[in-house]
Amino acid sequence: MSENLATVAYLGAAILFIMSLGGLSNPETSRRGNLYGIVGMTLAVLATVLGPRVDLGAGLPWIVGALAVGGAIGLYAARTVQMTQMPELVALMHSLVGLAACFVGFASYVDTSIAYEGAEKAIHEVEIYIGILIGAVTFSGSVIAFGKLSGKISGKPLLLPARHWLNLSALLVVIWFGVQFVAAPSIEAGMTPLLVMTVIALLFGIHMVVAIGGADMPVVVSMLNSYSGWAAAATGFMLANDLLIVTGALVGSSGAILSYIMCRAMNRNFVSVIAGGFGTGGGTTPAATGGAQPAGEVTSVSASETAEMLRSSKNVVIVPGYGMAVAQAQHTVYEITKLLREKGVNVRFAIHPVAGRMPGHMNVLLAEAKVPYDIVLEMDEINDDFPDTDVSIVIGANDIVNPAAEDDPTSPIAGMPVLQVWKSKASIVMKRSMASGYAGVDNPLFFKDNNRMLFGDAKKMLDEVLVALKS
Amino acid sequence: MPLTIGVLRETFAGEKRVAAAPEVVEKLIKLGFGVCIESGAGDAANFSDSAFISAGAKIAAGAGELLATSDIVFKVRAPSSQEVAAMRPGTTLISFIWPAQNPELMKQMAERRLTVLAMDSVPRISRAQKMDALSSMANIAGYRAVIEAAHHFGRFFTGQITAAGKVPPAKVFVIGAGVAGLAALGAAVGLGAIVRANDTRPEVGDQVKSMGAEFVPVDYQEEGTGVGGYAKVMSEGFQRAQREVFAKQAKDVDIIITTALIPGKPAPKLITADMVRSMRPGSVIVDLASEQGGNCELTVPGEVVVREGVTIIGYTDLPSRLSKQASTLYATNLLRLTEELCKTKDGNINVNFEDEAIRGATVIKEGEVTWPPPPPRLSAAPPQTKPAAPAAPAPAKKSSHGHGAGGEPMSGKTLAGVFAVGAVLFWLVGAYAPASFLGHFTVFVLACFIGYMVIWNVTPSLHTPLMSVTNAISSIIAVGALVQVAPPLREGATDRPDALILGLAVAALALTAINMFGGFAVTRRMLAMFRK
Repeated sequence: MSENLATVAYLGAAILFIMSLGGLSNPETSRRGNLYGIVGMTLAVLATVLGPRVDLGAGLPWIVGALAVGGAIGLYAARTVQMTQMPELVALMHSLVGLAACFVGFASYVDTSIAYEGAEKAIHEVEIYIGILIGAVTFSGSVIAFGKLSGKISGKPLLLPARHWLNLSALLVVIWFGVQFVAAPSIEAGMTPLLVMTVIALLFGIHMVVAIGGADMPVVVSMLNSYSGWAAAATGFMLANDLLIVTGALVGSSGAILSYIMCRAMNRNFVSVIAGGFGTGGGTTPAATGGAQPAGEVTSVSASETAEMLRSSKNVVIVPGYGMAVAQAQHTVYEITKLLREKGVNVRFAIHPVAGRMPGHMNVLLAEAKVPYDIVLEMDEINDDFPDTDVSIVIGANDIVNPAAEDDPTSPIAGMPVLQVWKSKASIVMKRSMASGYAGVDNPLFFKDNNRMLFGDAKKMLDEVLVALKS
Repeated sequence: MPLTIGVLRETFAGEKRVAAAPEVVEKLIKLGFGVCIESGAGDAANFSDSAFISAGAKIAAGAGELLATSDIVFKVRAPSSQEVAAMRPGTTLISFIWPAQNPELMKQMAERRLTVLAMDSVPRISRAQKMDALSSMANIAGYRAVIEAAHHFGRFFTGQITAAGKVPPAKVFVIGAGVAGLAALGAAVGLGAIVRANDTRPEVGDQVKSMGAEFVPVDYQEEGTGVGGYAKVMSEGFQRAQREVFAKQAKDVDIIITTALIPGKPAPKLITADMVRSMRPGSVIVDLASEQGGNCELTVPGEVVVREGVTIIGYTDLPSRLSKQASTLYATNLLRLTEELCKTKDGNINVNFEDEAIRGATVIKEGEVTWPPPPPRLSAAPPQTKPAAPAAPAPAKKSSHGHGAGGEPMSGKTLAGVFAVGAVLFWLVGAYAPASFLGHFTVFVLACFIGYMVIWNVTPSLHTPLMSVTNAISSIIAVGALVQVAPPLREGATDRPDALILGLAVAALALTAINMFGGFAVTRRMLAMFRK
């Protein structure tokens, strides 16, 4: 295959990738979108392998071997992963892209077969440097995110003293070594600054994600997604490959937009999320001392009473949160939904943009449980309907249904858009205990007159509700 | 000189109501009138003569004596010709008249030079609601209809689970959601039944729902509201669609209550004999329109009959069956009308034709027939939105997928700032970067914009699949590894550390392959789950 044919094939692959992302605009076309992605990727790999830059005789066994081994592992993981573990899997996969970007960067640097002169050499080296930097940050950050999401590392934000200064000095050191690296006369001389930078980048990635707590994970996961895209784009510049640049830019901007959407859903600034630590970003103390402490009695109900309330209502809205994912309760939730819908009860789901640990997490879990997607609504679509709702059930969610965000301007989550479950005629909150949510803010919802608490493990309680409904 | 109001005993067979109640009599006396009641007028409504006397009324021994002394006569039913003949000329009569159905009576009353205010002709305007006796009576009829149905229905209305087994709730279908229909809905819901209702006027759907019942629409586009908020005759196509709905409901429900009336027309036949036959034995139909011929083909006005195992109640006197309540409400309506007639509170009346409510109610003024009145200036029904054009989508939803693509445009200042920074960056790149870099840079920037545009269209429910597919796509970095595995080397390049590069490239390739295959496979798995 000639150079031109390969270029045209790359162009085709790039178009297919764009169509693939475009296909995800709605569930009907999404499956085709994924297919476009697969076709595009196949086209790109084949065009490269058969193209002028690969010596088939020498390379083919290696290529086939690597693809076979990696592919088998990937397919196995995709088959066996639980839907509740999706955030972990996605984070782990980001780390692989980051690591691969580092490897390609190093390989490109030590490759003497392509020689550049003058400004081109400097730019090429800067590209290598940046590519490895982003790759390393993506790698270590994603590994930590994986650890946090899978519970192997504590979800609590770890805040080092003077961490902003640490980050800043790390950045300055990286820049200084960058200058050294570009000025280095030989590959051996340049290797030292490159390695030092890689180590710093790895530490920086770890530090960045460790400082971010559980509920901000959706932002982090989508941000790492963005980074893996930028890493691919940087590699594209390094290897003068337009397909890599286009694809990397697509993925990069996609992740960036997702992060932005998540931040807006929490009414928070992107920078403050990345800087880490909820409620401590601007130097304000957590409002545990200030603000109105909600007071009053909480009323608890039993599972059978809950079933009775559900049976006698006409409009029910279910608000799932991370607690539902942890308890793996989505199937029971759907059983209940099905039963109620057969009885003519209008059951719908309200999804807050940041419910769960990654963007769209709840939608995937509900889809896994076969909940039809047309009764799964977004916050903006359903918030006006709460006054007509007889019962709202909150399953393992807290901050996203906290009325303090709207009522109490001193609350740390003031201004965050929330699901207004307290406007429905009655609400039932399923929780393990009265502990406050991730934001550390008490939830006045629990003390409202029309609210009932159903304490216990979400799965166990919902099973009991289901049994009571069936009888 | 204050006028005397005389209240006649009703002579119509089976009529138990009376046009006065003791507490209303007190108020009439406060307005300055004298009140005289025919002896025994209130007996059937549990108002004794002594109760009226203690309220301040006089008692007249018979109708002749009463009419001879009365200036104003209150009645429920339209008067008989004997009664009219006994009235003094110039007497004001206030009662139900139904002028369209009773032309003879109208003629006789006009000849007698009476002034007649017909309670059935009070216009349907908000101000006149307090004297709208039709509504008060319809309210009672609707309630009583449910009670009669419950009386003839062999089961509970409410569903129960008892030690002796499970009782399913009764299903009630109400046709016509006017005042009577809504009252029936409320009563049936209160008894615990599952209640559905249908009406040709789509705007009453919300009222039906507000009563806790379900609205069963007829799926046919036609405007069903006539003048004054009443129903009108519907087209043939609509009627066919309506019959289908009713036939379906007939098979399902236990009790049908029909209240469909069109002013001045015989009641529409909505329930056919076939539908009655399709109902379960023991079911009950209450036909509130039986006086106008009935909504059911098998209705016998005034009687309860059993046809095909279905009890069909055709009582025409439902308000009378709740005589005390009906009398009190009717008397109060009369009081309100009297207040309008007697603004001066000196026991004299003024039939003021400037007053829209009084003008509408007056069918004969001093012997001159003034019926029908000019059309009401205002309709009781709110102007409706055309069904074809769904009311302007309430607070315009931000773009279809909630996150409001781009939302509000940036402020001019911010925009200028962004453009300035962009211009400086581009100038720097253009001034210093070599040509080969610029080509890639162009591609990069344009791709960023394409990504930006495309991603805003992704629906939030697919954010997780989006992340996993972009993750899979980012394994395009495999291409970078591929070109390093075994490039066709130029002659003379000897110092290339082949083994090291090969190792790194193959490792990178394997890693990205995990990502590539795993990412696409897991996305596929996820997307397969999204279904309607």
